[in-house]
Amino acid sequence: MIQVSSSPSSVPAGGGSRPAAPSGGNAPEAPGDDVLEDLTPEQLAAQWEEEKPPAAGALANAASSLVVLGVGTGALVLSVAMGLGTPAAPEPGLWPFMISCVMVVLGLFQLTVGRHNRDAEKFTRMSSAPLTGLVTLAAMVALMPAIGFELPALVLCIIWMRFLGGETWRSTLLVSAIVVAAFYGIFVLALNTSIPHLF
Amino acid sequence: MDFLNPVINGFAVVLEPSNLLYCLIGVVIGMLIGVLPGLGPAATIAILLPLTYNVEPVTAIIMLAGIFYGAQYGGTITSVLLRLPGEASSVVTVFDGYQMSKQGKAGTALGLASIGSFIGGTASIVGLTFLAPVVASFALDFGPAEYSALALLGILLVATISNGAKTKALIAAAVGLLLATVGRDIFTGESRFTFGNLELADGIDFVPIAMGIFGLGEILYNLEERHRAAKAPSKVTNVWPSRTDLAQASGAIARGSVLGFFLGILPGGGATIASMASYAMEKKRAKQPERFGKGAPEGVAGPETANNAAATSSFIPLLTLGIPANATMALMFGALLIQGVTPGPQLVEQDPGLFWGVVNSMYIGNILLLIMSLPLVGIFVKILRVRAAILAPVTALITLLGAYTINNSMFDVTLVVVFGIVGYLMKKFGFEPGPLVLAFVLGSLLESSLRRSLLVFGGDPTGFFTRPISATLLIVFVLVAVLPGIRTLLAKWTTAPSEQPITTKIKEKV
Repeated sequence: MIQVSSSPSSVPAGGGSRPAAPSGGNAPEAPGDDVLEDLTPEQLAAQWEEEKPPAAGALANAASSLVVLGVGTGALVLSVAMGLGTPAAPEPGLWPFMISCVMVVLGLFQLTVGRHNRDAEKFTRMSSAPLTGLVTLAAMVALMPAIGFELPALVLCIIWMRFLGGETWRSTLLVSAIVVAAFYGIFVLALNTSIPHLF
Repeated sequence: MDFLNPVINGFAVVLEPSNLLYCLIGVVIGMLIGVLPGLGPAATIAILLPLTYNVEPVTAIIMLAGIFYGAQYGGTITSVLLRLPGEASSVVTVFDGYQMSKQGKAGTALGLASIGSFIGGTASIVGLTFLAPVVASFALDFGPAEYSALALLGILLVATISNGAKTKALIAAAVGLLLATVGRDIFTGESRFTFGNLELADGIDFVPIAMGIFGLGEILYNLEERHRAAKAPSKVTNVWPSRTDLAQASGAIARGSVLGFFLGILPGGGATIASMASYAMEKKRAKQPERFGKGAPEGVAGPETANNAAATSSFIPLLTLGIPANATMALMFGALLIQGVTPGPQLVEQDPGLFWGVVNSMYIGNILLLIMSLPLVGIFVKILRVRAAILAPVTALITLLGAYTINNSMFDVTLVVVFGIVGYLMKKFGFEPGPLVLAFVLGSLLESSLRRSLLVFGGDPTGFFTRPISATLLIVFVLVAVLPGIRTLLAKWTTAPSEQPITTKIKEKV
């Protein structure tokens, strides 16, 4: 095994990739993998940073702050409507009123000061996967009371494995069937729960 | 030795077959999800909450605790072998662990990590055994004023110590507090924020929120992540570290135990921060710091010890004060509430069987984990071959069907999906879900103690400062809230930008 060592001080954090060290082993590795073999912690962290989904822009940050502001203001109005009372004799609205005030202040702060934070993630092409997943989950919730859990669960498994996970058709169908059968066995036969089921 | 009697009785509780079985189940699940990148311990505990309804409280908590500290062991394996941290608390282990494994010393690294974890965990349980009753007896005099201050401080610390943007974490906490007000007002009986919905009249249950935000939100978020294919090595040989390795790492293990224990107690602390702090400390202390990042055994032993010690000691604030110190502990709190047990200072006195049963189960759990991670490590390495694509739908189905079994109602399932969306969007927009769940759990306690103490003080908020403990806690609260702002101002004055610790960039996996 060849050790490529570089003095830690000379390598800037997140510095560009050095030429790949010739791998001592015989296994041909993925092109990116070779370069990454001898990273210092700083480089490794920088590399993880790069692999993160791209950060969303100021618009997304503003949008999320506006949602916070909206919820805060809504709660504020509703809690005032419930009646505030005094600290000594509070009415139901006082405590929610205090929280929603804090929320509005934080929302305003986030809208103005936190605008340039880079911690929100952009929605990318990859975001269609959670959306698809969500649709299948919602469909399952809607269909379960009507036709039981087995068929929606089977469809959900197939969609998640084949289309979201990129499994082969063969393993998708096989594993999906086993999974649904196992759930049927556990929840219906063994635990005898009242989960709506077709069979 | 009157003090030790309940401790010994606690062992009788643990050794009941059903408790032993659940302890084993817990640590195996913990180890598994630790090995599998993706779901973290908090998400797993959230998803499995419905499972705890039909068992004794002590059994339930023994299992959930096992998941939590078991995950600390399991996370190491992928860090060392694949450079993929299974858990956030094992991220720093990657730096030296993977290098060691490249030098053919994977077994040594894993062995050191497990032995360190075992020592750290065990030392922490011993600390817990002696410290917890002291804290609890101190807290017995706490009144509503102290509890309000403590809950406020707990929420603030968890929100500000978390990795993401602090304002966003505080917003999440505010949302959690607001969600906790939904339903009937405990003092006047009036409905709040129910919008005429009968299902909401009794408030939102903790379990659907936790399952949605931690469980489903995490599952949806993971669907988006690009998973690097894990190439599991076929086998790991010789996990027993040599005597010289052990000698080299022993200092790191000792320091990691102490550091982890204390960081775990602090609200907002916990396994992840402890491991990072330990790595930084070992590197600073080392005579040749340049060895770090190139396979220094201390760089594996220290953090792995610290994260286990912290995972264990973070039970102290929960079991003695009734204040969860981090998101996972908030889940334990919720699980106990479901069982009709309110964690707090009276727990040690009133329910010693539960208290010492849970504490002592950790000894057993740690022994089981040591066995699983030394001789049986090969089995867990094989589990790495299970693909995320297969795991994701299975966990999603467990979540949905599990949510149904809580009350046999589709309403809970719907809530889980709704909060799953909320959790996913929160992660996308950089809001930590932890503070929300924690604040939700503490919300009703905070409101009722705040209102009670205001009644005592005749509506005068300055009354909080007339009692020494609540005054101290509130002053700390103000300091924590104001200090970061002052520090940023100071940093602007002094030009030299301090070096950002690299590890803080890594997104916490709950």
